Amino acid sequence: MSISPLRSAATHDREPVVRVRGFTRRFGDTVVLKDLDLDIAPGEFVALLGRSGSGKTTLLRTLAGLDPAPGQDVVTPAARAVVFQDARLLPWKRVWRNVALGLKGKDVRARAEAALGEVGLDHRLDVWPATLSGGESQRVSLARALIREPGLLLLDEPFAALDALTRLRMHELVLSLWRKHAPAVLLVTHDVDEAIALADRVLVLDHGQIAAEEVIALPRPREADAAFQAVRQRLLGHLGVQNLRPVAQEGALISFPSGEVVA
Amino acid sequence: MSLSTAARKPIELRLPRLSISNARWLSPVLLLLLWELGSRTGVIPPRILAAPSTVIGALWELTISGELPSNLLVSLARASVGLAIGVVAGTALALIAGLSRAGETAVDPLMQIKRTIPSLALTPLFIVWFGIGEAPKITLIAVATVFPIYLNLFSGIRGVDVRLVEAARSFGLSPAQQITQVILPGALPSFLVGLRYSMGVALLVLVVAEQINASAGLGHLINNARDFMRTDIIVVCLLVYALLGLTADLIVRTVEQRALAWRPALIKS
Repeated sequence: MSISPLRSAATHDREPVVRVRGFTRRFGDTVVLKDLDLDIAPGEFVALLGRSGSGKTTLLRTLAGLDPAPGQDVVTPAARAVVFQDARLLPWKRVWRNVALGLKGKDVRARAEAALGEVGLDHRLDVWPATLSGGESQRVSLARALIREPGLLLLDEPFAALDALTRLRMHELVLSLWRKHAPAVLLVTHDVDEAIALADRVLVLDHGQIAAEEVIALPRPREADAAFQAVRQRLLGHLGVQNLRPVAQEGALISFPSGEVVA
Repeated sequence: MSLSTAARKPIELRLPRLSISNARWLSPVLLLLLWELGSRTGVIPPRILAAPSTVIGALWELTISGELPSNLLVSLARASVGLAIGVVAGTALALIAGLSRAGETAVDPLMQIKRTIPSLALTPLFIVWFGIGEAPKITLIAVATVFPIYLNLFSGIRGVDVRLVEAARSFGLSPAQQITQVILPGALPSFLVGLRYSMGVALLVLVVAEQINASAGLGHLINNARDFMRTDIIVVCLLVYALLGLTADLIVRTVEQRALAWRPALIKS
Protein backbone atom coordinates (compact mmCIF):
# COMPACT_ATOMS: atom_id res chain seq x y z
CA MET A 1 0.00 0.00 0.00
CA SER A 2 1.46 3.28 -1.04
CA ILE A 3 0.93 6.26 1.17
CA SER A 4 0.05 9.64 -0.24
CA PRO A 5 2.64 12.11 0.95
CA LEU A 6 0.70 15.01 -0.47
CA ARG A 7 -1.68 16.70 1.83
CA SER A 8 -2.40 15.33 5.24
CA ALA A 9 1.16 15.35 6.45
CA ALA A 10 2.04 18.73 4.98
CA THR A 11 -1.10 20.55 6.03
CA HIS A 12 -1.41 19.35 9.59
CA ASP A 13 1.48 21.44 10.84
CA ARG A 14 -0.19 24.67 9.87
CA GLU A 15 -2.72 26.65 11.87
CA PRO A 16 -6.17 25.11 11.29
CA VAL A 17 -8.71 27.20 9.36
CA VAL A 18 -11.57 25.62 11.28
CA ARG A 19 -11.26 25.24 15.00
CA VAL A 20 -14.18 24.08 17.14
CA ARG A 21 -13.84 23.36 20.84
CA GLY A 22 -16.42 21.95 23.20
CA PHE A 23 -19.28 22.77 20.85
CA THR A 24 -22.74 21.88 22.09
CA ARG A 25 -26.00 22.38 20.27
CA ARG A 26 -29.46 21.75 21.65
CA PHE A 27 -32.90 21.85 20.11
CA GLY A 28 -35.21 22.03 23.11
CA ASP A 29 -34.31 19.09 25.33
CA THR A 30 -32.53 17.21 22.57
CA VAL A 31 -28.77 17.53 22.53
CA VAL A 32 -27.74 17.27 18.89
CA LEU A 33 -24.03 17.99 19.28
CA LYS A 34 -22.25 17.47 22.55
CA ASP A 35 -18.88 18.85 23.54
CA LEU A 36 -17.56 18.45 20.00
CA ASP A 37 -14.00 19.26 18.94
CA LEU A 38 -12.97 19.69 15.31
CA ASP A 39 -9.93 21.00 13.47
CA ILE A 40 -9.61 21.36 9.72
CA ALA A 41 -6.23 22.31 8.25
CA PRO A 42 -5.92 24.69 5.29
CA GLY A 43 -6.55 22.79 2.09
CA GLU A 44 -7.59 19.65 3.90
CA PHE A 45 -10.48 17.57 2.54
CA VAL A 46 -12.54 16.23 5.42
CA ALA A 47 -15.60 14.02 5.05
CA LEU A 48 -18.17 13.83 7.80
CA LEU A 49 -20.12 10.58 7.89
CA GLY A 50 -23.11 9.89 10.01
CA ARG A 51 -26.59 8.55 10.07
CA SER A 52 -29.61 10.75 9.48
CA GLY A 53 -30.16 12.82 12.58
CA SER A 54 -26.60 12.41 13.79
CA GLY A 55 -26.07 16.16 13.66
CA LYS A 56 -23.96 16.35 10.47
CA THR A 57 -26.03 19.08 8.91
CA THR A 58 -26.27 20.96 12.18
CA LEU A 59 -22.49 21.08 12.37
CA LEU A 60 -22.22 22.20 8.75
CA ARG A 61 -24.82 24.93 9.25
CA THR A 62 -22.92 26.21 12.25
CA LEU A 63 -19.66 26.33 10.29
CA ALA A 64 -21.50 28.06 7.42
CA GLY A 65 -22.73 30.74 9.82
CA LEU A 66 -26.35 29.86 9.02
CA ASP A 67 -27.08 28.96 12.62
CA PRO A 68 -25.71 31.34 15.23
CA ALA A 69 -23.40 29.89 17.86
CA PRO A 70 -23.36 32.55 20.56
CA GLY A 71 -20.75 32.15 23.26
CA GLN A 72 -19.25 29.06 21.64
CA ASP A 73 -15.67 28.47 20.63
CA VAL A 74 -16.04 28.25 16.86
CA VAL A 75 -13.43 29.70 14.52
CA THR A 76 -13.99 29.65 10.75
CA PRO A 77 -12.51 31.60 7.84
CA ALA A 78 -14.41 34.69 6.74
CA ALA A 79 -14.70 33.42 3.18
CA ARG A 80 -16.96 30.39 3.29
CA ALA A 81 -19.25 28.96 0.68
CA VAL A 82 -21.87 26.25 0.80
CA VAL A 83 -23.04 23.81 -1.84
CA PHE A 84 -26.41 22.50 -0.73
CA GLN A 85 -27.95 19.17 -1.58
CA ASP A 86 -30.64 20.95 -3.57
CA ALA A 87 -28.72 23.39 -5.73
CA ARG A 88 -30.79 26.37 -4.49
CA LEU A 89 -30.30 28.46 -7.60
CA LEU A 90 -32.58 31.48 -7.85
CA PRO A 91 -34.94 30.50 -10.67
CA TRP A 92 -35.49 34.12 -11.76
CA LYS A 93 -31.82 34.83 -12.36
CA ARG A 94 -29.96 33.53 -15.37
CA VAL A 95 -27.23 31.03 -14.66
CA TRP A 96 -24.35 33.51 -14.71
CA ARG A 97 -26.19 35.92 -12.42
CA ASN A 98 -26.72 33.08 -9.97
CA VAL A 99 -23.00 32.42 -9.99
CA ALA A 100 -22.26 36.12 -9.52
CA LEU A 101 -24.88 36.48 -6.77
CA GLY A 102 -23.94 39.27 -4.40
CA LEU A 103 -20.67 40.07 -6.19
CA LYS A 104 -19.91 43.59 -7.32
CA GLY A 105 -17.70 45.07 -10.02
CA LYS A 106 -17.65 45.51 -13.76
CA ASP A 107 -16.04 42.19 -14.52
CA VAL A 108 -18.52 39.98 -12.66
CA ARG A 109 -19.85 38.49 -15.88
CA ALA A 110 -16.35 37.61 -17.02
CA ARG A 111 -15.59 36.12 -13.62
CA ALA A 112 -18.83 34.14 -13.66
CA GLU A 113 -18.01 32.93 -17.15
CA ALA A 114 -14.59 31.78 -16.00
CA ALA A 115 -16.08 30.01 -12.98
CA LEU A 116 -18.68 28.32 -15.16
CA GLY A 117 -15.93 27.35 -17.57
CA GLU A 118 -14.19 25.48 -14.77
CA VAL A 119 -17.28 23.33 -14.26
CA GLY A 120 -17.76 22.92 -18.02
CA LEU A 121 -20.85 25.06 -18.32
CA ASP A 122 -19.60 28.24 -19.99
CA HIS A 123 -21.99 27.55 -22.86
CA ARG A 124 -25.01 27.87 -20.58
CA LEU A 125 -24.37 31.31 -19.15
CA ASP A 126 -27.67 32.85 -20.17
CA VAL A 127 -30.15 30.06 -19.63
CA TRP A 128 -32.68 29.89 -16.81
CA PRO A 129 -31.85 27.47 -13.98
CA ALA A 130 -35.12 25.60 -14.56
CA THR A 131 -33.71 24.30 -17.85
CA LEU A 132 -30.68 22.64 -16.22
CA SER A 133 -30.41 18.99 -15.29
CA GLY A 134 -29.70 17.98 -11.71
CA GLY A 135 -25.99 17.48 -12.38
CA GLU A 136 -25.72 20.80 -14.23
CA SER A 137 -27.48 22.61 -11.37
CA GLN A 138 -24.96 21.22 -8.92
CA ARG A 139 -22.09 22.27 -11.18
CA VAL A 140 -23.50 25.81 -11.28
CA SER A 141 -23.81 25.62 -7.52
CA LEU A 142 -20.14 24.60 -7.31
CA ALA A 143 -19.15 27.48 -9.58
CA ARG A 144 -21.16 29.88 -7.40
CA ALA A 145 -19.25 28.63 -4.35
CA LEU A 146 -15.78 28.66 -5.92
CA ILE A 147 -16.03 32.11 -7.52
CA ARG A 148 -15.81 33.45 -3.97
CA GLU A 149 -12.40 31.77 -3.48
CA PRO A 150 -13.52 30.36 -0.13
CA GLY A 151 -11.06 29.34 2.54
CA LEU A 152 -13.66 26.78 3.59
CA LEU A 153 -15.93 24.98 1.17
CA LEU A 154 -18.90 23.27 2.80
CA LEU A 155 -20.58 20.50 0.83
CA ASP A 156 -23.89 19.36 2.28
CA GLU A 157 -24.60 16.00 0.62
CA PRO A 158 -24.25 17.71 -2.75
CA PHE A 159 -24.34 14.52 -4.80
CA ALA A 160 -27.06 12.63 -2.94
CA ALA A 161 -29.79 13.46 -5.44
CA LEU A 162 -27.71 12.62 -8.52
CA ASP A 163 -27.62 9.36 -10.45
CA ALA A 164 -24.60 7.10 -9.96
CA LEU A 165 -22.77 8.03 -13.19
CA THR A 166 -23.26 11.76 -12.72
CA ARG A 167 -22.10 11.37 -9.14
CA LEU A 168 -18.83 9.76 -10.24
CA ARG A 169 -18.17 12.59 -12.69
CA MET A 170 -18.95 15.11 -9.97
CA HIS A 171 -16.43 13.39 -7.69
CA GLU A 172 -13.71 13.89 -10.30
CA LEU A 173 -14.76 17.48 -10.84
CA VAL A 174 -14.74 18.29 -7.13
CA LEU A 175 -11.30 16.75 -6.72
CA SER A 176 -9.82 18.67 -9.63
CA LEU A 177 -11.34 21.95 -8.42
CA TRP A 178 -10.11 21.25 -4.92
CA ARG A 179 -6.57 20.66 -6.22
CA LYS A 180 -6.69 23.90 -8.17
CA HIS A 181 -8.22 26.22 -5.57
CA ALA A 182 -7.07 24.35 -2.46
CA PRO A 183 -9.84 25.36 -0.07
CA ALA A 184 -10.39 23.39 3.12
CA VAL A 185 -13.39 21.17 2.40
CA LEU A 186 -15.96 19.69 4.74
CA LEU A 187 -18.08 17.17 2.88
CA VAL A 188 -21.15 15.96 4.73
CA THR A 189 -22.35 12.66 3.34
CA HIS A 190 -23.94 9.37 4.29
CA ASP A 191 -22.15 7.52 1.50
CA VAL A 192 -19.12 5.68 2.85
CA ASP A 193 -17.63 5.04 -0.60
CA GLU A 194 -17.91 8.71 -1.51
CA ALA A 195 -16.18 9.71 1.70
CA ILE A 196 -13.30 7.32 1.12
CA ALA A 197 -12.99 8.22 -2.57
CA LEU A 198 -12.62 11.93 -1.87
CA ALA A 199 -11.37 12.78 1.59
CA ASP A 200 -8.00 13.05 3.31
CA ARG A 201 -9.71 12.26 6.55
CA VAL A 202 -13.09 10.76 7.36
CA LEU A 203 -14.90 11.55 10.58
CA VAL A 204 -17.82 9.53 11.88
CA LEU A 205 -20.37 11.51 13.84
CA ASP A 206 -22.46 9.57 16.30
CA HIS A 207 -24.49 10.63 19.31
CA GLY A 208 -23.39 14.22 18.85
CA GLN A 209 -19.68 13.50 18.97
CA ILE A 210 -16.88 12.46 16.66
CA ALA A 211 -17.00 8.73 17.27
CA ALA A 212 -14.20 7.72 14.93
CA GLU A 213 -11.58 9.16 12.62
CA GLU A 214 -9.86 7.54 9.65
CA VAL A 215 -6.99 9.17 7.82
CA ILE A 216 -7.22 7.94 4.22
CA ALA A 217 -3.67 7.69 2.96
CA LEU A 218 -4.53 6.00 -0.33
CA PRO A 219 -3.35 7.63 -3.56
CA ARG A 220 -6.02 9.23 -5.74
CA PRO A 221 -7.81 8.19 -7.90
CA ARG A 222 -8.83 5.54 -5.45
CA GLU A 223 -9.76 2.13 -6.71
CA ALA A 224 -11.98 -0.21 -4.76
CA ASP A 225 -9.02 -2.42 -3.88
CA ALA A 226 -8.31 -4.36 -0.73
CA ALA A 227 -6.96 -1.37 1.20
CA PHE A 228 -10.05 0.65 0.22
CA GLN A 229 -12.28 -2.18 1.38
CA ALA A 230 -10.47 -2.45 4.69
CA VAL A 231 -11.09 1.22 5.43
CA ARG A 232 -14.66 0.80 4.30
CA GLN A 233 -15.23 -2.10 6.65
CA ARG A 234 -13.83 -0.18 9.58
CA LEU A 235 -16.01 2.85 8.83
CA LEU A 236 -19.13 0.72 8.38
CA GLY A 237 -18.31 -0.85 11.70
CA HIS A 238 -18.14 2.58 13.32
CA LEU A 239 -21.49 3.37 11.79
CA GLY A 240 -22.97 0.25 13.33
CA VAL A 241 -23.47 -1.60 10.04
CA GLN A 242 -22.47 -5.22 10.43
CA ASN A 243 -20.39 -6.87 7.77
CA LEU A 244 -22.97 -9.05 6.07
CA ARG A 245 -20.48 -11.23 4.24
CA PRO A 246 -17.16 -11.69 5.93
CA VAL A 247 -13.88 -11.62 4.09
CA ALA A 248 -13.48 -14.97 2.37
CA GLN A 249 -9.74 -14.96 2.15
CA GLU A 250 -7.16 -12.58 3.29
CA GLY A 251 -7.19 -9.52 1.04
CA ALA A 252 -9.62 -11.01 -1.47
CA LEU A 253 -13.10 -9.73 -1.03
CA ILE A 254 -16.10 -11.25 -2.63
CA SER A 255 -19.02 -9.04 -1.91
CA PHE A 256 -19.96 -6.22 0.34
CA PRO A 257 -23.09 -4.61 1.57
CA SER A 258 -24.01 -1.33 0.04
CA GLY A 259 -21.87 1.58 1.05
CA GLU A 260 -24.90 3.70 1.69
CA VAL A 261 -25.88 4.05 5.31
CA VAL A 262 -29.57 4.61 5.33
CA ALA A 263 -31.16 5.08 8.69
CA MET B 1 -38.36 23.06 -29.50
CA SER B 2 -35.86 22.45 -26.80
CA LEU B 3 -35.97 24.47 -23.63
CA SER B 4 -32.49 25.87 -24.03
CA THR B 5 -33.21 27.43 -27.40
CA ALA B 6 -36.53 28.71 -26.09
CA ALA B 7 -34.71 30.51 -23.32
CA ARG B 8 -32.41 32.34 -25.71
CA LYS B 9 -35.13 33.49 -28.06
CA PRO B 10 -36.76 36.84 -27.43
CA ILE B 11 -40.31 36.64 -26.16
CA GLU B 12 -42.85 36.77 -28.93
CA LEU B 13 -46.54 37.52 -28.64
CA ARG B 14 -48.54 34.85 -30.35
CA LEU B 15 -51.63 35.90 -32.25
CA PRO B 16 -54.59 33.54 -32.18
CA ARG B 17 -54.72 31.52 -35.37
CA LEU B 18 -57.97 31.38 -37.30
CA SER B 19 -58.62 27.76 -38.09
CA ILE B 20 -61.64 25.53 -37.82
CA SER B 21 -59.87 22.99 -35.61
CA ASN B 22 -59.26 25.75 -33.08
CA ALA B 23 -62.40 27.74 -33.83
CA ARG B 24 -63.16 29.42 -30.54
CA TRP B 25 -64.39 32.44 -32.50
CA LEU B 26 -67.16 30.48 -34.19
CA SER B 27 -69.89 30.45 -31.51
CA PRO B 28 -69.67 34.20 -30.66
CA VAL B 29 -69.96 35.02 -34.35
CA LEU B 30 -72.99 32.74 -34.68
CA LEU B 31 -74.62 34.47 -31.70
CA LEU B 32 -74.05 37.88 -33.30
CA LEU B 33 -75.62 36.68 -36.56
CA LEU B 34 -78.66 35.32 -34.71
CA TRP B 35 -79.00 38.60 -32.82
CA GLU B 36 -78.86 40.63 -36.06
CA LEU B 37 -81.41 38.28 -37.64
CA GLY B 38 -83.71 38.67 -34.62
CA SER B 39 -83.53 42.45 -34.86
CA ARG B 40 -84.10 42.57 -38.62
CA THR B 41 -87.18 40.32 -38.40
CA GLY B 42 -88.60 42.34 -35.54
CA VAL B 43 -88.37 39.52 -32.97
CA ILE B 44 -86.11 41.79 -30.87
CA PRO B 45 -87.52 45.33 -30.81
CA PRO B 46 -84.91 48.15 -30.66
CA ARG B 47 -86.50 49.33 -27.38
CA ILE B 48 -85.32 46.06 -25.79
CA LEU B 49 -82.00 45.67 -27.60
CA ALA B 50 -80.55 47.45 -30.63
CA ALA B 51 -79.27 45.39 -33.55
CA PRO B 52 -75.50 44.83 -33.79
CA SER B 53 -75.41 46.90 -36.98
CA THR B 54 -77.15 49.79 -35.18
CA VAL B 55 -74.70 49.44 -32.30
CA ILE B 56 -71.79 49.71 -34.71
CA GLY B 57 -73.41 52.79 -36.24
CA ALA B 58 -73.81 54.36 -32.79
CA LEU B 59 -70.20 53.50 -31.98
CA TRP B 60 -69.09 55.26 -35.17
CA GLU B 61 -71.22 58.35 -34.46
CA LEU B 62 -70.09 58.63 -30.84
CA THR B 63 -66.48 58.25 -31.89
CA ILE B 64 -66.70 60.84 -34.67
CA SER B 65 -68.48 63.36 -32.44
CA GLY B 66 -65.74 62.90 -29.84
CA GLU B 67 -68.32 62.10 -27.19
CA LEU B 68 -67.06 58.57 -26.61
CA PRO B 69 -63.32 59.30 -26.54
CA SER B 70 -63.69 62.21 -24.12
CA ASN B 71 -65.94 60.27 -21.73
CA LEU B 72 -63.76 57.20 -22.03
CA LEU B 73 -60.73 59.24 -21.02
CA VAL B 74 -62.55 60.50 -17.94
CA SER B 75 -63.47 56.94 -16.92
CA LEU B 76 -60.01 55.65 -17.70
CA ALA B 77 -58.44 58.36 -15.54
CA ARG B 78 -60.75 57.50 -12.63
CA ALA B 79 -59.94 53.80 -12.85
CA SER B 80 -56.20 54.36 -13.29
CA VAL B 81 -55.81 56.84 -10.44
CA GLY B 82 -57.91 54.69 -8.10
CA LEU B 83 -56.07 51.54 -9.11
CA ALA B 84 -52.66 53.19 -8.74
CA ILE B 85 -53.49 54.34 -5.21
CA GLY B 86 -54.87 50.91 -4.36
CA VAL B 87 -51.86 49.05 -5.76
CA VAL B 88 -49.33 51.26 -4.00
CA ALA B 89 -51.18 51.03 -0.68
CA GLY B 90 -51.74 47.28 -1.03
CA THR B 91 -48.08 46.71 -1.90
CA ALA B 92 -46.88 48.79 1.04
CA LEU B 93 -49.20 47.02 3.49
CA ALA B 94 -48.23 43.59 2.15
CA LEU B 95 -44.53 44.41 2.53
CA ILE B 96 -45.06 45.56 6.11
CA ALA B 97 -47.11 42.49 7.01
CA GLY B 98 -45.12 40.02 4.93
CA LEU B 99 -41.62 40.91 6.01
CA SER B 100 -42.07 41.03 9.77
CA ARG B 101 -44.06 39.25 12.39
CA ALA B 102 -44.83 42.55 14.16
CA GLY B 103 -46.03 44.03 10.88
CA GLU B 104 -48.35 41.11 10.35
CA THR B 105 -49.75 41.48 13.86
CA ALA B 106 -50.40 45.17 13.25
CA VAL B 107 -51.70 45.12 9.68
CA ASP B 108 -53.33 41.77 9.00
CA PRO B 109 -56.27 41.98 11.47
CA LEU B 110 -57.25 45.37 10.06
CA MET B 111 -57.12 44.05 6.51
CA GLN B 112 -59.22 41.05 7.46
CA ILE B 113 -61.82 43.34 9.04
CA LYS B 114 -61.78 45.50 5.92
CA ARG B 115 -62.27 42.40 3.81
CA THR B 116 -65.56 41.56 5.53
CA ILE B 117 -67.07 44.88 4.44
CA PRO B 118 -68.03 44.85 0.75
CA SER B 119 -66.31 47.89 -0.73
CA LEU B 120 -69.41 49.01 -2.60
CA ALA B 121 -71.31 49.17 0.69
CA LEU B 122 -69.06 52.09 1.61
CA THR B 123 -70.54 54.19 -1.21
CA PRO B 124 -73.08 56.10 0.95
CA LEU B 125 -70.43 56.88 3.53
CA PHE B 126 -68.00 58.18 0.89
CA ILE B 127 -70.72 60.37 -0.61
CA VAL B 128 -71.34 61.85 2.83
CA TRP B 129 -67.62 62.41 3.31
CA PHE B 130 -66.49 63.47 -0.14
CA GLY B 131 -69.65 64.72 -1.86
CA ILE B 132 -70.47 63.64 -5.40
CA GLY B 133 -67.37 64.76 -7.31
CA GLU B 134 -64.37 62.67 -8.39
CA ALA B 135 -63.11 62.01 -4.84
CA PRO B 136 -65.68 59.39 -3.75
CA LYS B 137 -65.34 57.52 -7.07
CA ILE B 138 -61.56 57.34 -6.92
CA THR B 139 -61.56 56.50 -3.20
CA LEU B 140 -64.03 53.71 -3.80
CA ILE B 141 -61.84 52.19 -6.52
CA ALA B 142 -58.70 52.58 -4.42
CA VAL B 143 -60.28 50.95 -1.36
CA ALA B 144 -61.63 48.06 -3.41
CA THR B 145 -58.34 47.32 -5.18
CA VAL B 146 -56.15 47.33 -2.06
CA PHE B 147 -57.21 43.94 -0.85
CA PRO B 148 -56.49 41.67 -3.83
CA ILE B 149 -52.98 43.12 -4.06
CA TYR B 150 -52.41 42.87 -0.32
CA LEU B 151 -53.65 39.32 0.03
CA ASN B 152 -51.76 37.90 -2.95
CA LEU B 153 -48.50 39.70 -2.34
CA PHE B 154 -48.58 38.85 1.36
CA SER B 155 -49.07 35.16 0.68
CA GLY B 156 -46.47 35.38 -2.10
CA ILE B 157 -43.89 36.83 0.28
CA ARG B 158 -44.64 34.23 2.91
CA GLY B 159 -44.53 31.49 0.30
CA VAL B 160 -41.00 32.29 -0.87
CA ASP B 161 -38.75 29.27 -0.44
CA VAL B 162 -36.82 29.90 2.79
CA ARG B 163 -34.02 27.67 1.50
CA LEU B 164 -33.35 30.20 -1.25
CA VAL B 165 -33.29 33.05 1.25
CA GLU B 166 -30.90 31.01 3.36
CA ALA B 167 -28.65 30.32 0.40
CA ALA B 168 -28.58 34.03 -0.41
CA ARG B 169 -27.68 34.75 3.21
CA SER B 170 -24.88 32.19 3.09
CA PHE B 171 -23.43 34.06 0.11
CA GLY B 172 -23.31 37.26 2.09
CA LEU B 173 -26.35 39.12 0.75
CA SER B 174 -27.53 41.85 3.09
CA PRO B 175 -31.13 41.78 4.38
CA ALA B 176 -32.02 44.50 1.85
CA GLN B 177 -30.46 42.48 -0.99
CA GLN B 178 -32.27 39.38 0.22
CA ILE B 179 -35.55 41.29 -0.09
CA THR B 180 -34.87 42.80 -3.52
CA GLN B 181 -33.13 39.82 -5.10
CA VAL B 182 -34.87 36.85 -3.52
CA ILE B 183 -38.11 37.66 -1.71
CA LEU B 184 -39.67 40.17 -4.11
CA PRO B 185 -38.86 38.26 -7.33
CA GLY B 186 -40.16 35.13 -5.63
CA ALA B 187 -43.41 36.89 -4.74
CA LEU B 188 -43.82 38.50 -8.16
CA PRO B 189 -46.05 35.78 -9.65
CA SER B 190 -48.48 36.19 -6.75
CA PHE B 191 -48.34 39.97 -7.07
CA LEU B 192 -49.29 39.74 -10.74
CA VAL B 193 -52.25 37.50 -9.91
CA GLY B 194 -53.32 40.17 -7.42
CA LEU B 195 -52.81 42.89 -10.00
CA ARG B 196 -54.95 41.14 -12.56
CA TYR B 197 -57.68 40.64 -9.99
CA SER B 198 -57.42 44.27 -8.87
CA MET B 199 -57.83 45.50 -12.43
CA GLY B 200 -61.05 43.53 -12.73
CA VAL B 201 -62.27 44.93 -9.43
CA ALA B 202 -61.32 48.47 -10.47
CA LEU B 203 -63.48 48.17 -13.57
CA LEU B 204 -66.38 46.69 -11.63
CA VAL B 205 -66.30 49.44 -9.03
CA LEU B 206 -65.87 52.05 -11.76
CA VAL B 207 -69.21 51.03 -13.28
CA VAL B 208 -71.00 51.45 -9.96
CA ALA B 209 -69.10 54.56 -8.89
CA GLU B 210 -69.94 56.28 -12.15
CA GLN B 211 -73.63 55.96 -11.38
CA ILE B 212 -73.06 58.51 -8.59
CA ASN B 213 -74.33 61.63 -10.30
CA ALA B 214 -71.56 61.71 -12.87
CA SER B 215 -71.42 64.62 -15.30
CA ALA B 216 -68.83 62.90 -17.46
CA GLY B 217 -67.54 59.41 -18.10
CA LEU B 218 -68.97 56.20 -19.50
CA GLY B 219 -71.46 56.03 -16.62
CA HIS B 220 -72.76 59.46 -17.53
CA LEU B 221 -73.12 58.32 -21.12
CA ILE B 222 -75.08 55.24 -20.04
CA ASN B 223 -77.34 57.23 -17.73
CA ASN B 224 -78.22 59.66 -20.52
CA ALA B 225 -78.82 56.80 -22.94
CA ARG B 226 -81.12 55.14 -20.41
CA ASP B 227 -83.19 58.33 -20.12
CA PHE B 228 -83.66 58.37 -23.91
CA MET B 229 -84.05 54.58 -24.17
CA ARG B 230 -81.06 54.44 -26.53
CA THR B 231 -80.20 50.75 -26.12
CA ASP B 232 -77.61 51.08 -28.90
CA ILE B 233 -75.55 53.57 -26.88
CA ILE B 234 -75.93 51.44 -23.75
CA VAL B 235 -74.55 48.43 -25.65
CA VAL B 236 -71.71 50.57 -27.03
CA CYS B 237 -70.73 51.49 -23.45
CA LEU B 238 -70.96 47.84 -22.37
CA LEU B 239 -68.66 46.98 -25.27
CA VAL B 240 -66.20 49.63 -24.17
CA TYR B 241 -66.27 48.32 -20.59
CA ALA B 242 -65.53 44.84 -21.95
CA LEU B 243 -62.72 46.20 -24.09
CA LEU B 244 -61.23 47.90 -21.06
CA GLY B 245 -61.30 44.58 -19.21
CA LEU B 246 -59.63 42.80 -22.12
CA THR B 247 -56.98 45.50 -22.42
CA ALA B 248 -56.22 45.32 -18.71
CA ASP B 249 -55.83 41.57 -18.96
CA LEU B 250 -53.60 41.86 -22.02
CA ILE B 251 -51.34 44.33 -20.21
CA VAL B 252 -50.87 41.99 -17.25
CA ARG B 253 -50.34 38.99 -19.52
CA THR B 254 -47.64 40.85 -21.42
CA VAL B 255 -45.96 41.90 -18.18
CA GLU B 256 -46.17 38.30 -16.97
CA GLN B 257 -44.61 36.92 -20.15
CA ARG B 258 -41.67 39.25 -19.76
CA ALA B 259 -41.25 39.21 -16.00
CA LEU B 260 -41.88 35.50 -15.51
CA ALA B 261 -39.95 34.19 -18.50
CA TRP B 262 -37.86 32.13 -16.08
CA ARG B 263 -40.76 29.89 -15.21
CA PRO B 264 -40.83 26.58 -17.07
CA ALA B 265 -43.94 26.63 -19.20
CA LEU B 266 -46.46 24.24 -17.72
CA ILE B 267 -48.56 24.16 -20.85
CA LYS B 268 -46.81 24.64 -24.14
CA SER B 269 -48.86 26.59 -26.62
